Amino acid sequence: MFHLIFPAFIVGGLICVIGQLMMDLTKPSFTPAHVLVSFVTGGAVLGALGVYEPLVKFAGAGATIPLSGFGYSLAQGAIEGVGKRGLLGALSGGVEATAVGIAAAVFFGYLMSVTFNPKG
Amino acid sequence: MPNQTLRKPAISISPEEYKALAQKYTPKPTLTKNILRAFLVGGLICALGQVIINIFSGIGLTPKEASNAATAAMIFLGSLLTGLGVYDEIGKFGGAGSIIPVTGFANSIVSPAMEFKREGYVQGVGAKLFTVAGPVLVYGIAASIIIGVLAYFLH
Repeated sequence: MFHLIFPAFIVGGLICVIGQLMMDLTKPSFTPAHVLVSFVTGGAVLGALGVYEPLVKFAGAGATIPLSGFGYSLAQGAIEGVGKRGLLGALSGGVEATAVGIAAAVFFGYLMSVTFNPKG
Repeated sequence: MPNQTLRKPAISISPEEYKALAQKYTPKPTLTKNILRAFLVGGLICALGQVIINIFSGIGLTPKEASNAATAAMIFLGSLLTGLGVYDEIGKFGGAGSIIPVTGFANSIVSPAMEFKREGYVQGVGAKLFTVAGPVLVYGIAASIIIGVLAYFLH
């Protein structure tokens, strides 16, 4: 039950610190949306280079829960897709590997937006 | 005191001195504090994610399934807490620590969609769900396809 919790805390925390530095050390025009896009793209590139995989092995959720982990899964899925189905897999692999997350985000996001109203 | 100085315009400090004083009393950039908070909140959210992965592994899911299921569960939690107005409070404290995890991604989906509900369920909720998620999916999926194509030609 306590497997990997400590490494997840440390690595997840450090990844978020990188995000905080990106927010605080750039102009205000660099919004949280820019940070998230950078993390997904950066995670995909690091995943493709094989750099992110060891981090996932070492820290579990500490590497997969930050949005860079979403990028890593996209890249990993595309590369695996190519191995199975060639170029068609390059198109389908990324979305297939992240389908659960994308569908959950759309569905739960919609559900909560419709159910609740903003405070204040 | 301030009123007296207002009535008497003869303040005995030069604009340069005033600048120096103003700088002295402007709150210092709270970078260190922000970093510590981001680390703490981001770390805790990821640790919670690991607990959920461990629970799913415990009931027999494969590592990949457990990770996927935990991501979905965290997205559910992030959306729910945003709806309840709790995630905004976490965000005020945690900064990037609450933005970078998938719970923050969920927050970026629910928050504008909820805000723009009065514009209707298609142009309001439906469209605004993707204010931030849209760009994230566009760049993420595009990057994955480029990487896949490169992998195809390099192997």
